[in-house]
Amino acid sequence: MSFNRRRFVQGIAGVSLVGAIPARAQSNAPIRLGLMTVKTGPLASGGIDMERALTQYLKEHQYTMGGRKVELFVGDSGGVPAQSRTKLQELVERDKIQIMIGPLDTASALASDDYIRQQQLLTLSVAAAEDMTQRKPNPWFTRGTSTSSQCSMPLAEYCAKTLKMKRMVVIADDIAYGHEMCAGFMRVFEDNGGKVVQRMFPPLTVPDYGTYLAQLKTNVDGIFLGFAGSNGFRFLRQMNEFGLIKKVTPVGGMTALDEAVLRNMGDEALGIVTSCWYSAEIENAINKRFVANFRVDWNYDPGFYAAATYTEAAVLDATLAAIKGRIEDKQAFMKTVRNITVDTCRGPVRFDQYGNVIGNIYIRKVERKDGRLVNRVIHTYPNVSQFWTYKPEAFLKNPVYSRDWPPAKNLES
Amino acid sequence: MRIANLTHGALFMLGAYIGVSILRVVPNLWLAALGAGIAIAIFGYFVERFVLRKLAGNVLGQVLVTLGLSFILADLCLVVWGGDPIPIPTPALLQQPVRIAGFIFPAYRLAVVVLAVIVAIVLFLLIEKTRLGAMIRAGVDDPDMARAVGIPVSRLFTTVFCLGAALAGAGGVIGGPIMSAYPGLDADMLPLALIVVILGGVGSLLGAFVGAFITGFVYTFGVALLPDLAYVILFLPMILVIAFRPRGLFGKFAA
Repeated sequence: MSFNRRRFVQGIAGVSLVGAIPARAQSNAPIRLGLMTVKTGPLASGGIDMERALTQYLKEHQYTMGGRKVELFVGDSGGVPAQSRTKLQELVERDKIQIMIGPLDTASALASDDYIRQQQLLTLSVAAAEDMTQRKPNPWFTRGTSTSSQCSMPLAEYCAKTLKMKRMVVIADDIAYGHEMCAGFMRVFEDNGGKVVQRMFPPLTVPDYGTYLAQLKTNVDGIFLGFAGSNGFRFLRQMNEFGLIKKVTPVGGMTALDEAVLRNMGDEALGIVTSCWYSAEIENAINKRFVANFRVDWNYDPGFYAAATYTEAAVLDATLAAIKGRIEDKQAFMKTVRNITVDTCRGPVRFDQYGNVIGNIYIRKVERKDGRLVNRVIHTYPNVSQFWTYKPEAFLKNPVYSRDWPPAKNLES
Repeated sequence: MRIANLTHGALFMLGAYIGVSILRVVPNLWLAALGAGIAIAIFGYFVERFVLRKLAGNVLGQVLVTLGLSFILADLCLVVWGGDPIPIPTPALLQQPVRIAGFIFPAYRLAVVVLAVIVAIVLFLLIEKTRLGAMIRAGVDDPDMARAVGIPVSRLFTTVFCLGAALAGAGGVIGGPIMSAYPGLDADMLPLALIVVILGGVGSLLGAFVGAFITGFVYTFGVALLPDLAYVILFLPMILVIAFRPRGLFGKFAA
């Protein structure tokens, strides 16, 4: 074997690589954690809760995970996909973050998808877009919250089997999140013998639901609300104003009656059943401490968004502990995160091979407690996956949940 | 006036939030609307005097400044009142729905309709039948000539601007029981206001009145009959009107 220039270069490169990896892995520099959230614009309420809860987790753990210090960098996407992409680039290239929690909204997650792949950026996401862990799974993407329909499918079964509803209306924001939630709900409800007889998708920014309420069928058992942000809150108030709340029983998806909205609502919310992967009322030690500390600092109950980052932080913490803080080894991180089981404020979570969470889904009912409205847990569906009770392979062969799939067979005009 | 003012959505939202704060002290919706109207009028005074006045005739400048102002106001509201939607309670007397000919109407909405008609009539009388109205019309039609005959055009315009701002602010409070105060309310309201004004015709009270009716009916029936095309139906009439009548239905000036 002759020693030529090419071999020499390869040899040097090999040596330097071998030398470089352990040097970096052993470094005890702080882990650089990025949070991509929303602090301005209409989504800011949830985005600010995300930062508050994450900061709380870090404080409770002395800013240490897996034996290493953690430094937090926060980016504000404003809820605008293009801006989210720019801010993410800033977090990665200027702040050199090694892992991202976020982004908050689906559109921003989709806008960042190719950049996450390209940078091989470890991502613990909150956004609900189904296909990011289904037909187009991103190998660097792990979701500890839920897909859009992961909570609405159990609720559909609950409506059909426990609440004995036969005919229902579904209504949701006219965005992918709303479509996916409704589609999942409709499929499971109809598979359990129910009929969805009316379906409405008002634009996301419609200020007044009067027109939709005027058309609402009243010869039905219930209406499923797939709203996000303040829309569910406004719809219910207006439904009450039209005197419809007593005629048609509303049930809600995971963001329809979030704790953040509930604290500004009145008696019209009492008794409404919703489903979510979280409730501030879940009885476990981690959640009790989380809620108590959060209330001390901010004087309100944590909801969906606060619990989201608190859960992701617990997942990150457990993963880093398992790999002894060596976040530089991305493959090991991904392998570990997808194989661990972690106890979090929402109960135990683990992940499927697509990176989506398998965890409890809670059916909750609004009640008054200590003078404030809370989502009391009335039933728990344990270890629900994004495929519900369907076989993953068969589920993935179908098109993604949308306005048009599954087709609505029982609509009455 | 001829001012392209895009802060109306933001003033509407600011009014709603100020109403929320007033209601925490004085639990009366109508007083809150009055208070918010006055507060927004004062704000409008400063905007007109110190910003828009310098941009007379510069439409692009006005658009940019007022749009910028509305973004600033939106973020200020977020800082002061937080991001959660805040309900504005419906007055107790008007909480129950009313049954008319088998249809159910929320009483409060009917009250808002009545109030809107009263405001429209008062505005019409003010502009068309009073001396003040005559001076305003003269000032808009030919400011130089109006000044020459001794009409204080500058002060008059400030007054009109403040009145418009006050109506937007009070409107925010009165719309509150239906819509609540929430971040993004400004952006939800502004397009509707723009459609009404452009469809009806800039500078015409009758135009705004007719424009509002057309927009309301088209949108309501459009949503009921073709729910998937809600925004197409809303904006299509505006595009058609602009294409065939650039001044709007009753407008004096090109939009």
